[in-house]
Amino acid sequence: MSRAQFEERLFGTLRWVVIAALLIATLFPFYYMVMLSFRPTGQLLLHPGSLWVPLHEITVSTYRTILEPTSKGGQGLLGMLRNSALVSLGTVVLTLAASVPGAWAISRLKFVGSRQISALFLAVYLFPATLLAVPLFVMFSRIGLQGSLVGLAVVYIAQTVPVSIYMLRNYFSTVPVSIEEAAALDGCSRLQILWRVVLPLAAPSLMATGLYVFMIAWNEFLFALLFLAATPSKWTVSLGLSQMDNAIEVPTTVLMAGSVVLTIPVIVLFYAAERFLTEGLTTGADKS
Amino acid sequence: MSTATGGTRRRPSPTQRAQNRAGLAFVSPTLLVVLVIVILPILWTVLLAFQHAKLIDLQGMGLFGNWTTANFRQVFTAPGFWSSLGTTLVYTVGGTVGSIALGLVAALALRRPFRGRGIVRSTMLLPYVAPVVAVTFVWETALSPQTGIINNWGAHLLGWHKPIAFLSTSSYRADLLGWHVHLPLALLTVVAFEIWRYFPFAFLFLLARLQAVPAGIEEAAEVDGATLTQRFRYILLPQLMPVIALLSVLRFIMTFNKFDDVYLLTGGDSGTEVVSVRVYNFLTASYDVGAAAAQALVLAVILMVLLGVYFGFFAKRVQEEEA
Repeated sequence: MSRAQFEERLFGTLRWVVIAALLIATLFPFYYMVMLSFRPTGQLLLHPGSLWVPLHEITVSTYRTILEPTSKGGQGLLGMLRNSALVSLGTVVLTLAASVPGAWAISRLKFVGSRQISALFLAVYLFPATLLAVPLFVMFSRIGLQGSLVGLAVVYIAQTVPVSIYMLRNYFSTVPVSIEEAAALDGCSRLQILWRVVLPLAAPSLMATGLYVFMIAWNEFLFALLFLAATPSKWTVSLGLSQMDNAIEVPTTVLMAGSVVLTIPVIVLFYAAERFLTEGLTTGADKS
Repeated sequence: MSTATGGTRRRPSPTQRAQNRAGLAFVSPTLLVVLVIVILPILWTVLLAFQHAKLIDLQGMGLFGNWTTANFRQVFTAPGFWSSLGTTLVYTVGGTVGSIALGLVAALALRRPFRGRGIVRSTMLLPYVAPVVAVTFVWETALSPQTGIINNWGAHLLGWHKPIAFLSTSSYRADLLGWHVHLPLALLTVVAFEIWRYFPFAFLFLLARLQAVPAGIEEAAEVDGATLTQRFRYILLPQLMPVIALLSVLRFIMTFNKFDDVYLLTGGDSGTEVVSVRVYNFLTASYDVGAAAAQALVLAVILMVLLGVYFGFFAKRVQEEEA
């Protein structure tokens, strides 16, 4: 057997080993999370190594405990879900509203300072969030945005607008200018062109960008911790779960149920729009 | 959007000035948010770092005055600063190199189409898209010495004598082939988590680039008798290098500044206190805003110096290759 043949066979087999190993590594933690969330705590302590739940043991009391409001003896995750949804959806809407005109202007209009401005947007990610955390913490406690969902959403907008502009701009640059010129000839103003021509064409890209922004806002932890830690009624799901882990003795299985609830919206959205998302993120990576 | 109306006045033929105004009007909402929430706070951090500032004093304090360099003296002489910096570097380099290497392996394995590749590809992105709080919980639970599945299986299948506390052991004595080595176990576990969570990011970009490599070059090499490893080394790798370089920079910056992963997994204990966690502790434990700002600033400056060195080195190599 020649070296070439040997390598073909070796890597041909290795490839499947790698794929299987990676699939187990990525899927197992999620499977483990779901499985534990349906187990009674006592059973987890007795058999920590078991890989499935016997049918008669399956329980949903963990979910009841985590979702019910604290007044009924639960952990109040339902209220936190509402907070998370409000902040994330607000962030998505406002980020898109700000970044669609911005991205369009940067990709279409020649204006003084456009290059500096797009460089500035990228520079946002150079600075550690901790560098912003200190002054924002002080600023917000001064103007009373400490402990408010609006303040949190504003920070998220600043954190997501740059990547959103980047993704949208990549998309706009693939749309032929002639369509917009035709609309301009027909008498559309710039705003009308944006609203009637560009937006409908950019729908898939808007979806991808909106989804990415939603995921960032939904998953975010540091700023929620800094601004909302002292006001439990405003806790997001991420923050609330982490506080339960620290403060009170909440059983692991209940925490797992909470983690499932936290993860499901993101994963459902991700699978629904996965194709748009991966294309939107990596456009440009294939032409270097 | 009311801010945009100024630039949309209709003219028979759009002049440069109108375009200027329209452009600025269209980016102004974004620019405003970024200035107020990002640029201003950064500048203020610089000021605060040189001031004597506790959170309670801030209410009545002006923007300037009270100048001092005590914060920096405190940062550099505080116990644990240098070891924390070392920890950050190990964590960053380990996380960056590991996640890109694993991402490359994954991208190569998934390169050729097979039935179900689409679903496998999106499944591999799960660690990256899932909420950090949820995945850190799962890791904590699975690695727990009492109820974790890893220790349980380790005891049954690998014959571990006593459970290993992965996330709270700062130095683990291991016997490898008769050698006694002390492993920073908690730090290694946190690095492993980082690799697991971020390899999908590298994977996504590398796969996109791999699929754009024209098939012709490789076929020609194959006809010339190049083996698989040779084709990878001499054809694919050079094509991938620009993306790998970009990913290295991106991942390095992001991991260097990372806070939540370490904070949620270990709280910064057991030899995992990275600098961003220290900043948080300064801020919330003693409400010492000045010290926290100085610490954050030092972190940012170190990052910039490292990036400067990297780009300097990189630019030099490119020049040498061209010469």
